[in-house]
Amino acid sequence: MVPYILCMILFLIGVYGIIAKKNLIKIVIGMVIIEYAVNLILILVGYRSGGAAPIITSIEGASREASTFVDPLPQALIVTSIVIGLSVTVLAIVLCLRLYEKYGTLDILHIRRLRG
Amino acid sequence: MKSEHLLPLFIALPLGAGFLIPLISLIREWLADVIAIITVSILVVFAMCRLSDGVIIYDVGGWTPPFGINLVEDGLSGLFHIIIAIVSFLIVIYSIGYMKRYTARSKYFCLLMLMIAGMNGVIASGDLFNIFVFLEIASISSYALVAFGIDREELEASFKYLVLGGLGSSFILFGIAFMYSITGTLNLADIARVLQRSGNSHMVQFISAMFIMGFGTKAALIPFHAWLPDAHPSAPAPISAMLSGLLIKALGVYCIIRIFFNVIGFNMSFSVVFIILGVLSMVIGALLAIGQHDFKRMLAYSSISQMGYIIFGLGLGNPLGIIGALFHLLNHAFFKSLLFLCSGAVEYATGTRDLRQLGGLWKKMPITSATCSIASMSISGIPPLGGFFSKLLIIIAAVQAYDTLGPTAYFLASVTVFVSFLTIVYFVKLQKMALFGALPEKLEKVHEVPASMWSVLIVLAAFCIAFGVMFPWFIGTLVEPAYQVMLETSEYIIKVLGSL
Repeated sequence: MVPYILCMILFLIGVYGIIAKKNLIKIVIGMVIIEYAVNLILILVGYRSGGAAPIITSIEGASREASTFVDPLPQALIVTSIVIGLSVTVLAIVLCLRLYEKYGTLDILHIRRLRG
Repeated sequence: MKSEHLLPLFIALPLGAGFLIPLISLIREWLADVIAIITVSILVVFAMCRLSDGVIIYDVGGWTPPFGINLVEDGLSGLFHIIIAIVSFLIVIYSIGYMKRYTARSKYFCLLMLMIAGMNGVIASGDLFNIFVFLEIASISSYALVAFGIDREELEASFKYLVLGGLGSSFILFGIAFMYSITGTLNLADIARVLQRSGNSHMVQFISAMFIMGFGTKAALIPFHAWLPDAHPSAPAPISAMLSGLLIKALGVYCIIRIFFNVIGFNMSFSVVFIILGVLSMVIGALLAIGQHDFKRMLAYSSISQMGYIIFGLGLGNPLGIIGALFHLLNHAFFKSLLFLCSGAVEYATGTRDLRQLGGLWKKMPITSATCSIASMSISGIPPLGGFFSKLLIIIAAVQAYDTLGPTAYFLASVTVFVSFLTIVYFVKLQKMALFGALPEKLEKVHEVPASMWSVLIVLAAFCIAFGVMFPWFIGTLVEPAYQVMLETSEYIIKVLGSL
């Protein structure tokens, strides 16, 4: 239970970063923290304490129960989700760079032409 | 070729075209347009081919579900495939004329193709994680397309959209992680089977809340809508049409329908949540739209309001409400695309989209004005057009909901009528300020947009009229099969997995 709660705290730290920070880069870092928290939860779902790697080395020797294996599916999933997260982060940073070129600042209080 | 082998092509073709276009445009710039048109026309043909068939299931790599990945195409997916194919075909043709104002056309078409591939993937996918992956493909390309103009507003809107969209996606992934932990599977039909056996636990409620937040952000329902009024006006006009007409439906409404009707199972508590979200979006979206002076921003708020109608109709949960919602979705895809393309035509000809600087355009741009009026009449529910019938169905459904909701149903029905009135108000304002009234001196030299652009407007307007005049036929062939899929969770499981 404790790891889940810690993940939740990490998630909330990310949300705090997005809500409270005024710097574009810090907002992006907040997004990245959220993404890590979700990835950690996903990998915790498949974790089994004391579990073995899900590799069968020989057919006769497969005496180990399937239940002793760590679930490999979430690990495959987070590899995908890390790649997706990377592309979102890259796009966000590029937008920050362009915004800095246009406005000369990264402070969101000065970047607010859209309203209403 | 068996028709099930067509299904992966819905995703593979635009994805392949997306990567081919930047390469081939190195040889000749115009080849990008050719490839984009060929791809979307093939998609239209495929979507039409699929009209008559029943459920098609394609197991990727021959692995049978629940172990393998599968693509499922049933009535609901068919409806969305047809909408996406036709609207994106028309938008690509329009883009060829419109995008002459921008540089880097090949990159534009590349991102547009990726967006189409992502939306088709979300709709065809039969498991939860692939829905997430395709949703991200479509979202990321839309973030980039919103910023395509690389001006101050565009960049700011895109960043806002990216942060909120990314947060929404995180909530969806969060929900998927917990869904996997309680069911041990990711296949939609298998999840539905496990949940039917185990019953509705607190965990399922928690996951539902996550999904409503995540997909609600994608669908721009009112508490999660903040990105839409900035992102939709900032994008180039064809992309605004794409975002408002297709993306919020394919990523938001489709996923909500599939997950809450086919997987988790619709019940009273979801009904209440959807009705509240729907009514809030309807009323607040319409009220905010009235005060706008930017052509596209008004349309963006109107999108929020119309999405409210759809979610409200779904939330009522009775047959008429669901059919009305699906029919309204079909209508909205066409008339909102048309309105955004009209705003693009006006901006193309006059160089502004501020309503206060426009006026009297019907003399100078007769085709744009006529089609814009048809779309406005349809969206505000003037009788012979499609929007009237879908709104009428939703209002009747709200009155019929008396059985489940009690006197609140009459209140909800009157709110729906009131919002319909507000819709007329802001579209009359739009017509009066942009199309009628005195022509400002600056705009004396304005003339009609090129034929490749106005022909698209005419086709979309013809669809708007056809939806009204022939509405029983459209409901029978497109909406009814989709409704049948939503009705029965067990049917979906049996069709995909073979048994309960």
